[in-house]
Amino acid sequence: MALDLDQFKQTFFEESAEGLDIMEDGLLNLQPGSPDIDLVNDIFRAAHSMKGAAGNFGFNHVVDFTHALETLLDEMRAGSRNVTEDTVSLLLQSVDCLREMLSVLQEGTDPDESRSVELLQQIHALLENSGDTPATEAVAAEVPAAEVTGWKILFVPNPDLLRTGNDPARLFRVLKDLGTLTVQVSTEQLPSLDQLVPEDCYLSWSLTLLGNVAEEQIREVFEWVEDDCEIEISPLESAAPVQSEVSEQPQRSGTDRRTGGDRRESGGSKEATSIRVGTDKIDSLVNMVGELVITQSMLSQVGRGFDMDRLDALQNGLVQLERNSRELQDAVMRIRMLPINMVFSRFPRLVRDMSQTLGKDIELVVSGEQTELDKTVLEKIGDPLVHLVRNSLDHGIEAPDDRIESGKPPRGTIRLQAAHEGGKIVIQISDDGAGLPVNKILAKARERGLVEPDQTLSKEEVLDLIFQPGFSTADVVTDVSGRGVGMDVVRRNIKALSGMIDVESEEGVGTTFTIRLPLTVAIMDGQLVRVGTETYVLPLVSIVESIQIENQRLNVIASSQQVYTLRNEYIPIVRLHDLFGQKPDSNDLDKQLLVVVEGEGKKAGLVVDELLAQQQVVIKSLETNYMAIEGLSGATILGDGTVAVILDVTGIVHLSSSDLGAPTDLQPTDPQPTDLDHAA
Amino acid sequence: MNQEQSAVTESIIGNSDGTSQYLTFMLNDEEYGFDILRVQEIKGWDSATPIPNTPEYIKGVINLRGTIVPIIDLRKRFVLEEIPYGTTTVVIVVRVEAEDRERIMGVVVDAVSDVYNIADAEQKPPPDFGGGVSVEFVKGLSTVDEKLVILLDIDRLLNAEELKAVDAATN
Repeated sequence: MALDLDQFKQTFFEESAEGLDIMEDGLLNLQPGSPDIDLVNDIFRAAHSMKGAAGNFGFNHVVDFTHALETLLDEMRAGSRNVTEDTVSLLLQSVDCLREMLSVLQEGTDPDESRSVELLQQIHALLENSGDTPATEAVAAEVPAAEVTGWKILFVPNPDLLRTGNDPARLFRVLKDLGTLTVQVSTEQLPSLDQLVPEDCYLSWSLTLLGNVAEEQIREVFEWVEDDCEIEISPLESAAPVQSEVSEQPQRSGTDRRTGGDRRESGGSKEATSIRVGTDKIDSLVNMVGELVITQSMLSQVGRGFDMDRLDALQNGLVQLERNSRELQDAVMRIRMLPINMVFSRFPRLVRDMSQTLGKDIELVVSGEQTELDKTVLEKIGDPLVHLVRNSLDHGIEAPDDRIESGKPPRGTIRLQAAHEGGKIVIQISDDGAGLPVNKILAKARERGLVEPDQTLSKEEVLDLIFQPGFSTADVVTDVSGRGVGMDVVRRNIKALSGMIDVESEEGVGTTFTIRLPLTVAIMDGQLVRVGTETYVLPLVSIVESIQIENQRLNVIASSQQVYTLRNEYIPIVRLHDLFGQKPDSNDLDKQLLVVVEGEGKKAGLVVDELLAQQQVVIKSLETNYMAIEGLSGATILGDGTVAVILDVTGIVHLSSSDLGAPTDLQPTDPQPTDLDHAA
Repeated sequence: MNQEQSAVTESIIGNSDGTSQYLTFMLNDEEYGFDILRVQEIKGWDSATPIPNTPEYIKGVINLRGTIVPIIDLRKRFVLEEIPYGTTTVVIVVRVEAEDRERIMGVVVDAVSDVYNIADAEQKPPPDFGGGVSVEFVKGLSTVDEKLVILLDIDRLLNAEELKAVDAATN
């Protein structure tokens, strides 16, 4: 029972979070003045179901709070209240507050109720004072039998009412909200103690409700239990006889059970996370497992009494098994894929709030929000994106007056786009703001000693400086923001996901940040290469091509760096043997292979001895038990059980260029210290 | 056999009154000890995949039932003379706790030796060795059957910061 409750609570929290998202989304789209009634209905429904569910778990302050919201929304729905900017703001704040309340409940920490109390007061003030029609009247208008002053309700539940999860005390509390309630309990059916089944309900009640209440409202309260009980509702003929107070016994036991539940909640499910998966994905999984089972039985049949004549059948079976497992793997990975909308959805709100604070007029255009990516990536990309959007809001878009002055529409635009491109997901954040001031950045960098005074940089290189640690954009443009992470942290976070970030900017026109991320971080297509005696894995996506080295295409630049001429491109050569302290098969480069790779827009040619198989590899972190190592993105376990390290192409290129400047004992065989310069 | 069993029981009871069990191993004819509660398993030496750009004493990584585990050669770590790995060479897989996380690492030693109960009171603080074995790795010294046993502090010995620091120095 206790376990079950926890499980339901988890669902409640998830559903409430969704409900809050719906509310927030709806509120943001609500046009003050001329509200879309469907939207208001959506918001109302979300609030209503949350209230109901919260009541079931005894989260009373959530119930009270949502109830107030509901009343407000109901007036909007009925058209008796105008939707104003202020009301929407208040409702949005309430959504935030509810979110906080729920997270507090979920974590089991002590709630800080000052905010909810304050908001509740504001809502009540709004309800009482400025509404065109007070709440009660609005309700009354819908009630046909408004002249009835009270009801007599006979409530005889079936014995198994409690087992269906219903609690009479809760129903009474809801009724109490409708008017003055008196309750009389009947204990006639109560058996003697030795025959009593503790889970059965033996009590019945007669209730008297005084007040301006419609029969439908009472029926609504009993809606969920009407199949489990007998209810008689009759109008009150005379003044209500004063009867005993609300029956204390069942109510108290009810509350006790709930507080117990709360405590369990705090201990148990803090870290539980879950994914909602579409049934189509589950169905395809089930199908694939079915196929796998068929393949397995086929193989075991072949295996029974195997002789060489049936080699063909065995091979076919193995091919099928390979296909099955690959499909299954794809399908399982797809379960982890979630639409990026889960991250994007928080931005309309952010933009709205911040543009109000900053006094700017900004429109957010979101596209490609259905693009799917891995849950892990999704969770970690949120903060960097928030930072970038905040930067665009704060530093990018100018104030309306400045915009008009520079001949732009007063309303600024921030675009948030996501799309699949090859094996990657590309997220772009662009604004039509002031752009990055190249000269200022350069001056700042010189001042900080990041750039030598006589060094000349291309525009791209200057823009790239903003990702340097300690180079806050706030220093360059304004000092408004100064909160949160710098651009170096953004880049670090994105790199940690093996992604990359680029910036393009035109002064006076706007800035665009482009983030490229792998779809998943757990499995990738790898190319196995042999360097000396060791096997290394190169990510297939980073390989441009592999070629036989021709000596006449080799050139030496500045008497140190070897480059390879490939179709009018000069590709710097990285000798993996030197980097990894391995002995090459041959000292002649033309007996070896050159794998041309691309990382962060830079190409490099890696010299290897042999290309081995291409296969999918499961990425295992080196950090789990050791630490991150430059040039390596992880390790994997090959078919024979040995470990092979996965090379990080960007890191390798960086490593070779930095190490070659100062050779270390790790590369004792490095013949010629060189300086890699990818000015291309 | 009986004696051993009683020793184990003793130590289990004894833990509360200040004795600990140590797994000892041989390294360059010296006997060293690890807290046995940190030892996960002992396995024979098998090849490891070298990791480039790591300190020399990192032999590489191995596949321990699906987990990538780094292997440290303790002889190299203590700057002792290298000897070829033989039949008694083993990897002691230990749990390292540092920076609020747990790591699994393997340590290559010449041979495993014994399990001793050593009272905490019998541990003497290490003297200053000068060079060679860095004193900070040594938790204490103890004498068992008139032999000296050097008790090592695993968390300090295999601290990632330590590994990183050395890494930075070699680069």
